[in-house]
Amino acid sequence: MIRARVSLVLALNAALAAATSMAAEDELEVLPVQGNVYMIAGAGGNTTVQIGPEAVVVVDTKTAAVADRLIAAIRKLSSKPIRHIVVTSADADHTGGNERVSSAGTYVRLLDTFDPRGANKNASIIAHVNVLQRMSAPSGTKAPTPAGAWPSDTYFTNDWALFVNDEAIELVHIPAAHTDGDTMAFFRRSDVISTGDIFSTTGYPRFDPEHGGSVAGILDGLNRILEIAIPGENQTGGTAIIPGHGRISDETEVANYRDMVTIVRDRVAALIKAGKTLEQVQSARPSSDYDGIYAGLGGPTPTEFVAAIYRDLKGTKQ
Amino acid sequence: MWSQRFHEELPERGAGPEIGDYAGLPVNDAARLRADSWDAAKWTIPERQCEPHPADYAPRGPANLRIGNTVDPISQDVVSWDITVMWSLTHRAIYMDGRPHPSQYAQHSWQGFSTGEWDGDMLKVTTTHLKEAWVRRNGLPRSDRATIVEYWIRNEDYLTLVTIVIDPVYLTEPFVRTSDWVLDPGVQLSPFSCIPAVEIERPRGAVPHHLPGTNTFLTEYATRHGLPQSAARGGAATMYPDYLPELRRDIEALR
Repeated sequence: MIRARVSLVLALNAALAAATSMAAEDELEVLPVQGNVYMIAGAGGNTTVQIGPEAVVVVDTKTAAVADRLIAAIRKLSSKPIRHIVVTSADADHTGGNERVSSAGTYVRLLDTFDPRGANKNASIIAHVNVLQRMSAPSGTKAPTPAGAWPSDTYFTNDWALFVNDEAIELVHIPAAHTDGDTMAFFRRSDVISTGDIFSTTGYPRFDPEHGGSVAGILDGLNRILEIAIPGENQTGGTAIIPGHGRISDETEVANYRDMVTIVRDRVAALIKAGKTLEQVQSARPSSDYDGIYAGLGGPTPTEFVAAIYRDLKGTKQ
Repeated sequence: MWSQRFHEELPERGAGPEIGDYAGLPVNDAARLRADSWDAAKWTIPERQCEPHPADYAPRGPANLRIGNTVDPISQDVVSWDITVMWSLTHRAIYMDGRPHPSQYAQHSWQGFSTGEWDGDMLKVTTTHLKEAWVRRNGLPRSDRATIVEYWIRNEDYLTLVTIVIDPVYLTEPFVRTSDWVLDPGVQLSPFSCIPAVEIERPRGAVPHHLPGTNTFLTEYATRHGLPQSAARGGAATMYPDYLPELRRDIEALR
């Protein structure tokens, strides 16, 4: 009887926590991270905000539906102009507010006659060039997003950099990870990495070969974060990590995630080597020991995650 | 200052519990698969070398304690009870001022976020925001969704801690342990500094683990102690006296 009561209490607590969590996810919440960097959580992907004496730098702009609330939250942190928006991927829950946030900002321009941006005075939108490819379309065809949301400044190399608010900001491109246009932003003085959807605390990674993603790229990105991050004394504190979704983290959470992806990938690879079909691999539930942590919170289901790894390793499309 | 007494804690000390020993623990299949896949070589990875024990396991480690408090400078009310544990010099603050627990987006830590209230002579502590850690040092996990409820009980010079781990991911029932200390004003906490380093050269991103069905160490514990393998696999049923007749029957069958 006691055991039955305990189980009931646990179930009720879990249901209550899930309901509370879902209600809270549409709310925007501003959290200090460290140094000059803040995280705005809720309603889409996480937004990273760097403030200082010169300007505001924003990483990712959530969905279009909450753009005005996002701008209001940024304005509570700083009255300085929003000068740069860094985009970690072309996903709508990370770029939906681009147009509104950019138009609420101001870019420092050359003389109009020389500035290649023409008359555009909005905050620059910075991304890997593949994000521009995904958000725009060739002339004469309909683009998936409005032109005002497109990146205005792109890079095609493996890294780029800004220096704003007395802080170096490294932009690190990870090829073929979540997509083919992923950027992570490393705020060097504040010691904060904003990872985009390469890392999440609330779900399995989503990578789609049709958008240029791969499990090898996800692991490359996670290992790159671990190479950049330096933990504090006795593995406590140190470099702070802002995931694409979920809570503020540090090196340990990224190592946990890297281990999980590596182990599930290795299990799927072993099953493929044993000649198993996709259905047989899914039936073996190779992620079952992690499902309680990463399933059911909005990311890929375990079945989808395992299928994505299977297809990626087999080189087949859905 | 409090000096630790090893009683039921002893199996966790030194080399720690044997691989594959899940007996008497309320673990589920997900926990078993995590532990079956666990490779002790994990601790050689730089990201793992300096991990401290979490709040719920620290009492099982080398755990002499320093307990103090922080008081409000005006009212002199206790703001927090502050506990430092010998191993890794982990520090916990147990807030007594009624502050709420942080949001779901706040960072988790090894010691979590703790609030306390007096329940008679016992200090009841509730801890959330824990990093993923371990129930035992043989790979049995404790998730970052877990909540810990503790009761700190002092009887003259003896201090007893009851730790209740509630983990919806890896435990089917609350897991209860107790730990003991003796008042010892002469105890000192030694410096403890850990800096990770590459100890074994491996390919980038290598993660030591066993694939399902390949861990040959898992049966050693039950075999060495003359136990049925089913007992070593644990589960809530193996915690209760009702299990003893079944265990005796299975042991007899082995002979």
